Amino acid sequence: MTSQWGVRCRWGMRWKVAGAVAVALTASLGLSACGGDEAGASDGTFTVGHSEPDHLVPANTTSSYSFDVITELFDNLMTLDGGGKAVPLAAESVTSGDQKVWTVKVRAGQKFHNGEPVTAQSFADAWNNAAYGPNAMSANSYFSYIKGYEEMNPEDENAKPKAETLSGLEVAGPDTLKVTLNAPFSQFPLLLTYPAYAPMPKAGLKDLKAFEEHPIGNGPYQMDGNWERNKQIKLVAYPGYAGPRKAKNKGVTWKSYSNADTAYTDLRAGRIDVLQTIPSAKVPEAKRLLGDRFLARKMSTTDYLGFPVFDKRFANPDLRKAISMVIDRQGINKAVYNGDFFPADSLIPSIIPGHRDNACGELCAYDPAKAKQLFDKAGGFKGTMELYFSNAQPTYAQWMRIIANSLRDNLGITDVQFRQVPASDYFSMLRERKEKGPYRQNWEADYPSPQNYLENMWGSADNRMGWKNKEFDDLIAKANRTADQQQALALYNQAEDIAIQEMPMIPLWTWAGQGGRSKNVENVTITPYSTGLVATDVTVK
Amino acid sequence: MWRYVLRRLLQAVPVFFGTTLLIYVMVFALPGDPIQALAGDKPVPDNVLQTLRDRYNLNDPLLVQYGKYMWALAQGDLGENYTGQSVSEMLSGRWTVTARLALTAWIFELAIGIALGVWAGLRRGRFADTLVLGGTTLVIAVPVFVLGYAAQLLFGLHWQIFPTAGTDEGWPVSYLLPGIVLGSLGLSYVARLTRTSLSENLRADYVRTANAKGLSRARVVGRHALRNSLIPVVTYLGVDFGNLMGGAVVTEGIFNLPGIGQQVFQSIQLKEGPVVVGAVTVLVLIFLLVNLVVDLLYGVLDPRIRYE
Repeated sequence: MTSQWGVRCRWGMRWKVAGAVAVALTASLGLSACGGDEAGASDGTFTVGHSEPDHLVPANTTSSYSFDVITELFDNLMTLDGGGKAVPLAAESVTSGDQKVWTVKVRAGQKFHNGEPVTAQSFADAWNNAAYGPNAMSANSYFSYIKGYEEMNPEDENAKPKAETLSGLEVAGPDTLKVTLNAPFSQFPLLLTYPAYAPMPKAGLKDLKAFEEHPIGNGPYQMDGNWERNKQIKLVAYPGYAGPRKAKNKGVTWKSYSNADTAYTDLRAGRIDVLQTIPSAKVPEAKRLLGDRFLARKMSTTDYLGFPVFDKRFANPDLRKAISMVIDRQGINKAVYNGDFFPADSLIPSIIPGHRDNACGELCAYDPAKAKQLFDKAGGFKGTMELYFSNAQPTYAQWMRIIANSLRDNLGITDVQFRQVPASDYFSMLRERKEKGPYRQNWEADYPSPQNYLENMWGSADNRMGWKNKEFDDLIAKANRTADQQQALALYNQAEDIAIQEMPMIPLWTWAGQGGRSKNVENVTITPYSTGLVATDVTVK
Repeated sequence: MWRYVLRRLLQAVPVFFGTTLLIYVMVFALPGDPIQALAGDKPVPDNVLQTLRDRYNLNDPLLVQYGKYMWALAQGDLGENYTGQSVSEMLSGRWTVTARLALTAWIFELAIGIALGVWAGLRRGRFADTLVLGGTTLVIAVPVFVLGYAAQLLFGLHWQIFPTAGTDEGWPVSYLLPGIVLGSLGLSYVARLTRTSLSENLRADYVRTANAKGLSRARVVGRHALRNSLIPVVTYLGVDFGNLMGGAVVTEGIFNLPGIGQQVFQSIQLKEGPVVVGAVTVLVLIFLLVNLVVDLLYGVLDPRIRYE
């Protein structure tokens, strides 16, 4: 009868764009829109559209489409409040004296959807399963903070791991879990909000294949039937749920779309109730048609331009700053993104605690004259400037072209070449450091902490640029040791300043989320974090 | 006749091995590391990458990979895609969707196309003929995605005659609009082929003889002229059935039908060799079978053609 669904972020890999031309043509035919009928029988459930998830085992995915479903099936120890702070969910408390040894108290009396009690062991089992290298779980690296991870993931790829469990996990009672980390980490409660840290019932760990088709969680919703691949995933409110986020509706169905334009058409037709991402070509029309049912939100997803600092030609920070200053962020935003995105003024997007307005200052402002001075001071640039980006979305080529024009007009770099790499090849290329020029880099917050951005993308241990800065690393480590969040944020900001002054990677803009809802539902909140749509709050007419 | 059928079926065996190897080589030759691509922007430890590559035999040389694939296939195991889903499960769900869509389009093509062609062929040079020729030219000229989106907006959203997308309403309701869109191109060719072929044959000697014998108009056209005229049409319809099965990528995308075309498209992007080979192999078998049926139909339509 009715259909329902919603969507979040990163359409790139799966959604094909055959639509732009067709859209233009049909629009020019003067087709008027109609409001769409009321979505079907009101049985208290609603539908959201998104892309097909890749996995439903929490630790085996880093895809936001999977998170859409997983965050509703599972209660992690911690969740995020509206301001991006970590608050207890399945936990009674998460505390530490030294930021290295953490004591987790699990709230008593919780049950999985199959009746199995949720204990400290449920979390330990799930995390051990996720951290064990040979299980090849996608989110494996998110457990590297916990002591014993190295023994389970040996450096030598062909060696057998020395341990099958994390030595840093100690179940000290049915409700008590002691977690020892490799190093002090003040952001640990935020990390615990990441979907991969969900608990697993014993039944699930015994048979992951069956669990994938019918996940058994401890969250406010349970599966209604199995995962209908490429069609839909039906969730219904779990009557035995005793946690703090009881569903205000009877259920939610996530419908899969392979084409973003079609999802939007179905939203207009009232066949789905929520869509988290409207394709950017349709946004102006959607604003007009949906009125107050158009849902705009800030996001954490940010685009960057990274430099291969290991290449001598890019070793001079002045050259990198000059390139940053000839990028007309606001101009590109208007030309490519309808002016909806947010030009970057810092390395950290505005929705992350610890963001400072204008931290980047003049280095992120369009100023061709100053840029030229810096460029000349750095000794200019010889040879071919190659710009790398993947073919996942057509907008990448659009803004890369604008940047190339600016490099030519303002800095006199005439020999600019585009290197549009197939998406399946792009990340391996960066991994192997085969790129010979600036490349597009993108980051979406796993959890709202500056550390998630700075350490993962600029930390010397594992950054793609080959940029090494001891002072930066020390400041991050110091912030990670600091219990007081305000002090920690100040230290992250100091590290951020170093990365800005050296500019091994230029911040470009932060994405805007543009969704919509049908007349059938109200109280639709889409958070900018990995929790996404707050399905439990949605009320159905 | 039966010996001919058996010979044709035996010919399918080398074709089957040749195509699977060819497709495997082509997917193998695509650039990129599918396992790394799975992770996107997020970091993946080397040992996890290595484990996955071992699991899917990606460290073996090409022929060893192909050999392992065929060995598993001989035991009825189509393998897994890179997210650990069984390929046979993936494809079986999608074949049902594709078969429904292709059949809907094909029936539409056959019935309406031949009817229009006969109508135009009998009125050669008059208004009906011009209308059919002009209309079909227009349909051939418009790209399928324009047609698809326009039909979706008009019939689905604006007038709400059909559902906009998806398979919720089941067959036939969910498949009518995409079927018509998908079949419209083939319909145009069928109509034009029928029209030209029929109007040629209506001037043939045997038709004049039949008319001279005083047979009724219906019998002359239906029994004599049309039967012969349908030979090129049947050939086209046969080939097109295979195309409809495998080539509905755009239509399936617009109408959100999880069919085989979509799957092959996505799997090529993700370098999922086993999925591509599995899907395309079935397509090859369908092509071989349809071609055989078409050849046998010639004999039914034109008694002068005999298979020995």
